[in-house]
Amino acid sequence: MGEFEVHRVRFFGLVPAGVRCLAWQPRSDRLGLARTDGTVEVYNFAANYFQEKVIPGHETRSVEALCWAGDRLFGAGLSGEITEYDLAGLCVACSVDGCGGPIWSMAVNSSGTQLAIGCDDGSIKLFEVVPGGIQFEQNLDRRKGRILCLSWHPSDTHIAAGSIDSLRVLDVCSGQTVQRIMVNYHVQKVKQECIVWSIAFLSSGTVVTSDSFGRVQFWDWEQGTLLDSHTVSNSAVLSLAVSEKEDSIVVGTSAGATYQFQLLPVKLNSQEKRWIRTKPFQYHTHDVRAVAHSSTALISGGRTGCGNQEGLGIPPPDLFWLTCAWLPGLDAQLVIRPLMEKMQDKGYEAALRKFTFPHRRLVSCAREARLLLFQFSQHLELWRLGSTNRTGKDGDVLPLSSMPEHLVQLKSKGPEHIYCSCVSPCGSWVTYATASRFHLYRVHYEDDGVRIEKIPKVSKLLLPAYQLQFSSDSSSLFVASARGSVHVVLLLEPGGCRHLHTLQPPSGCPEAVYLLALSTDGRWLAAVSGDWAIHVYKLKRLKHHCTVPLYSCAVTALAIHPVTNNLVIAYSDQQLFEFSIPEKQYTDWSRTVQNSGLHKVWLERDSPITHITFNPKNPSHILLHDTYMFCIIDKSLPLPDNSTLLMNQCILKQLPESARQQQLHAFKICKKFQPLLFADLLDEKCLVMVERPIMDIKTQLPLPTQQKKFGT
Amino acid sequence: MAALCESFTLCGLGPSSGVGLDGGLLALEPGPDHDHVLLTDRGRTATLFKVSDQKPLGCWSAKHGQIITCPVVCNFETHEYIAVHDDKVLRIWKNTDVNLDKVFKATLSADVYRIHSLPKGGPVVLFKGGGVRTLDVLLEAPQQEIENIISDEVIKWSEAFMEHQQPVLIFATEKDGDSFVYVQKLKMNDLHKYKLEQQELSKPLSFTAYIKNQIITLLCLSSNDSVYKFLIPLQQNTEEEEQILPRSLLLNLSVSGSVLKGTSFVVLDKDHIAVLGSLATAGEESKECLTIWNTKFQTLQTSKELPLGTSGQIWCYEKKFFFTHGKVLTVVMYKCETSSLAAAVGKLKDSQAPDVSSFVDWNTLGDEELVISFQSQQSVALKPESGMTLRSKKNTVAKVQPDTLSVGQLLLNLKDASTTVFENELRQVMSKGQMPDFQATIGCVVTALINRCKANPKYYPRNFLLQIVQNQDLSYSLCPDLMVVALEKKDLHLLQICLQRFPDIPEEITYACLRAFLSISDAYLQRIDLNLESVICYLDIEFNNKEVKTEIVENGFSTELEQDIWETKITKKPHVTSDGESCPVGPQKAALLNAVLHSAYSETFLLPHLKNLPAQQAVLFLRYLYYLYVKCSEKINTTLPGTCPPTVNQIMDWLCLLLDAQFSVMVMLPEAKELLSKLHKFVRAQVRFYSELNKIEGSLRELQRLNHQKDPHTYSIEVLELI
Repeated sequence: MGEFEVHRVRFFGLVPAGVRCLAWQPRSDRLGLARTDGTVEVYNFAANYFQEKVIPGHETRSVEALCWAGDRLFGAGLSGEITEYDLAGLCVACSVDGCGGPIWSMAVNSSGTQLAIGCDDGSIKLFEVVPGGIQFEQNLDRRKGRILCLSWHPSDTHIAAGSIDSLRVLDVCSGQTVQRIMVNYHVQKVKQECIVWSIAFLSSGTVVTSDSFGRVQFWDWEQGTLLDSHTVSNSAVLSLAVSEKEDSIVVGTSAGATYQFQLLPVKLNSQEKRWIRTKPFQYHTHDVRAVAHSSTALISGGRTGCGNQEGLGIPPPDLFWLTCAWLPGLDAQLVIRPLMEKMQDKGYEAALRKFTFPHRRLVSCAREARLLLFQFSQHLELWRLGSTNRTGKDGDVLPLSSMPEHLVQLKSKGPEHIYCSCVSPCGSWVTYATASRFHLYRVHYEDDGVRIEKIPKVSKLLLPAYQLQFSSDSSSLFVASARGSVHVVLLLEPGGCRHLHTLQPPSGCPEAVYLLALSTDGRWLAAVSGDWAIHVYKLKRLKHHCTVPLYSCAVTALAIHPVTNNLVIAYSDQQLFEFSIPEKQYTDWSRTVQNSGLHKVWLERDSPITHITFNPKNPSHILLHDTYMFCIIDKSLPLPDNSTLLMNQCILKQLPESARQQQLHAFKICKKFQPLLFADLLDEKCLVMVERPIMDIKTQLPLPTQQKKFGT
Repeated sequence: MAALCESFTLCGLGPSSGVGLDGGLLALEPGPDHDHVLLTDRGRTATLFKVSDQKPLGCWSAKHGQIITCPVVCNFETHEYIAVHDDKVLRIWKNTDVNLDKVFKATLSADVYRIHSLPKGGPVVLFKGGGVRTLDVLLEAPQQEIENIISDEVIKWSEAFMEHQQPVLIFATEKDGDSFVYVQKLKMNDLHKYKLEQQELSKPLSFTAYIKNQIITLLCLSSNDSVYKFLIPLQQNTEEEEQILPRSLLLNLSVSGSVLKGTSFVVLDKDHIAVLGSLATAGEESKECLTIWNTKFQTLQTSKELPLGTSGQIWCYEKKFFFTHGKVLTVVMYKCETSSLAAAVGKLKDSQAPDVSSFVDWNTLGDEELVISFQSQQSVALKPESGMTLRSKKNTVAKVQPDTLSVGQLLLNLKDASTTVFENELRQVMSKGQMPDFQATIGCVVTALINRCKANPKYYPRNFLLQIVQNQDLSYSLCPDLMVVALEKKDLHLLQICLQRFPDIPEEITYACLRAFLSISDAYLQRIDLNLESVICYLDIEFNNKEVKTEIVENGFSTELEQDIWETKITKKPHVTSDGESCPVGPQKAALLNAVLHSAYSETFLLPHLKNLPAQQAVLFLRYLYYLYVKCSEKINTTLPGTCPPTVNQIMDWLCLLLDAQFSVMVMLPEAKELLSKLHKFVRAQVRFYSELNKIEGSLRELQRLNHQKDPHTYSIEVLELI
């Protein structure tokens, strides 16, 4: 098959922001997730947990709480505003000031018609969800002390609110406080405040709280009595979530541990049930600030201190220590732990999933110029790869004749985070876009360094931009935009651009385009929008060519073959398709793959293919990668069936040349480079792999608040 | 395992010294210093080389028309060089001399075969007629007449050794296909001639010899591709004419179908020989190569092909082989470790295998028991004979058997012989080649000696026993009474060696030795010759120090009462360790106690005996162990310097054992109190220290782990092959 010279890059210093809050929407099987940097993401569990939507963050827009009201996603944060997100346009739809200072908590009623927010000034406000936004409805009884958590009674008549040292139950109709319970009543001598971090109102009238003393407590709200108390941790219990059936609770602690509580009969067949702490899990190194409970799984998100806490504005003095209390941060991992007893079969579905890295590319590569462009939340880095003049055999590390060079750091101005970025194949153009700005730069490489020239007067019409792609001859730029449209921009020498055309699907489309693929010869463009439809355009005539048959899963990567103009598509359920653009139909190879089915091990991988590329010298090869493997598919070889070993490279290497022939199959998988954020072919014999070792991220995180020691 | 290491070229060779049997060098001799060799070619030149630098330090040539006929040697005492050219003309010169024509010259009356230079014995000249003179004698009267003792035999090979400060010369001659060996002890003017037992159709090609324990081992490379071994005892009292030396097969130079046609060989150690020759496989062209063989396991250990051909000569000095390879003189280094079965099959883990390999052959042990029973019962005389022939599977072995067969018989016969005759006969028995049950034979011999000792209380062949124990791989079970008798006779040196060498001493005997050692006064010990190797490096005691305290109880008077006197004396003592603690015993006693510490034991069996140790002796022993422990702890690696010192584990084991055994005594004894408290303090400090180390180790390991995980390089270019 061949040897490659692999540029193993580990200097992409990406640190994913921590998970701040989670919102589970059982009806559409989606999970909303907000990170500490204000980014909001939506994971589609039905599409194999694919990170379907990403709305980049904003320095001033922290998100403290997320709520699904039907299919609409609302967020609220310390800026004091309630925000509705436009999931089709991947942007903020509208924003309403809560008028109560920073908002710490938000909860939606069971019917999804009313939002309650808990403010810093101790007020609880109700908003009505109306088409196109929300409307202020009512102020409930205000008491001193910020409202840190809220929970609606399933009957929507009462709200439980957690504050410092106390919890309150309010009547929604009258707006009056009907019960007030001091949670540290039993702890006489402790001078420290007890913060109720999280609260849940069960239909039975039981209020569950978790607090900074490490307790999970069950209260009878009407009597105001403590029913049950479990001390689960020496550190704070930060988050709590109840299953829909109210028979299971998950809590997350600042020590990184999560625990499950279950409502179990005291005796076999007994009617009397009690909450029992059943399972401990330790998936996180840092505090678990958010948990969610789906019908089949516990979902937890680790939180980091690396988010832009300082960007929240200067917090009020008494707020400051609260913020600090969370600062000890986390590992930014989203962990989905299926509950075995809810699983029908103990197979693939029951596997634990961990997501640390985004399901999209943050790296682009200029093949000819051998440059890499790294996208961070608020800046870009342009690097030139090193080189070697030696060769070697498998496994050798070659001596470098030149070191990699950090050419440019481009800082994005303003509070907005970067949506997308790209470097042209020749390396002389760099572009990026934020929510409101579009930037195009001409890069001049001179003897003593790099000069960057900003192209003025770039049309604002191009916005929003969700994906950017240069043509292979660097003569034009394609901008994936809203409502299924793609803008074609001509790049002019010595430095300028002109909007040429906007491509749009013939039938229209409400969703944003999130993936683009261009053919090397510049004749074809494929665009994927949020509704998973793939439209192919003929660029010569700037016309719609065809639509790839709709498949029931999200597209994670696609690319057009430089020789055959076949479109290779990877879906989030790990299926692979090859679609011939000229013939407007799936190729024979694709049909063969569908008929014989992909290998079981291949289908059970849990991270999506994020990039596909080809080797022009070997038209039968498809190069692709996910976070944990790099794979070359050789279409000329037989497909592996489930009885053969999928990852057989190690075995092949030990076999003599003659014996290899029988063992060869189409999937050549290399797991040496992990976690792999990006892989591309520089030339026929040369690959670039961008890794981000977890250990490197951990060393950049602050120490967790409380570490578990000596098997306690 | 033996292995050939790197090789390099020492020098190029002239046209006369090329490859082929007629070419080659005259000889390569050790030079005046370490790392120096003297090379004499077949012409008229001699060169001195420094081997590691691969450069010549000096070169001397005879005049045109003269030929150096005898290899140049170095007189190690005077650092002069000696050569003979044109058979008779002796030349002696120094490093500073340049022209060989102008140096000292003496013309001799007879042709010289070779000059051998011995490190402490000076040069010895061997004439072609078999006459031998030391150089000093010869130079007094160069024209003196030299006798011809070998008539028309031709000297093929010669070698010289030092034995008991006297030179011994051995040379081999040949006449009409028969080979003879002459051994001449120069000072005693004592010449012995032997005929070598020979097989038809094979003739000796090359000889080599070494001397060990007064026995010359002569090895002979025969033309039938085998190496034979002849043992020649030096202490030969009988004046017989022409004894025939029995030969034993040492090694067959064949390995899996190919046969090595050896041309010359050298001995590397007791188990390894190196042979230079051509390896011939049926149907293939033979290839010249250098090989190392293990004689113990009869295996080819390693070989190196020499495609450019050799002159068939090989020399070996300072772990380096020298031979001509093509047109150059090549040096190959080798390493050779003690052979063991584990090493032979490549499973040896610890490269520092003990030098003493002790083994008991259970088969032979069975026979040995037969012999003993035969001796005690004196009944069925044929019993051992039948027992031994049963085991003989090959005719070759059976041929040698008549001698061994009669060991039991011989010992019986000798029962009433006089002491001298008895010992001489036993020496004869022991010099008989490597019999398959040699161990058992030695066991019989020792048993016979001990029986005689028991019968005659005045008889105790101290030196003979020492010699046997020192040189043979004996074990306790082979001669159970030896140590008991040695204890009775207070033969401390023998006991020391037995403790060091025997792997199977019963705990009872170990204890008896310990008790004996502890009870003997240091004053008495000072007169005794002991092996002090294990103590001299760490025991900083003046050897003639009369103040070494004797700790025994004499005349029912406890020395502890002299405590005050002792205390005052201690300040004067020079050998006080940094801890302020001096060695409580003299060096001789320490050496003996070390031997006890070294011996193998099992706690369960030793403990009951140790309980019987008198209190004072127990305290003394404890004091010594404490001293060793402190000494060990001074060094960071907790090992004592020197050869075979007690290890820290042995010391700790004995400390525990002694404290266990003597617990109640130690509690009661007032004089033990201070010692125990010191010991306790020291141990406590050590425990604290090591627990601190534990912490550091944990941190370091964690760091190490992190280092492993975190690749320091943020960028690298690697090669990946996908198949």
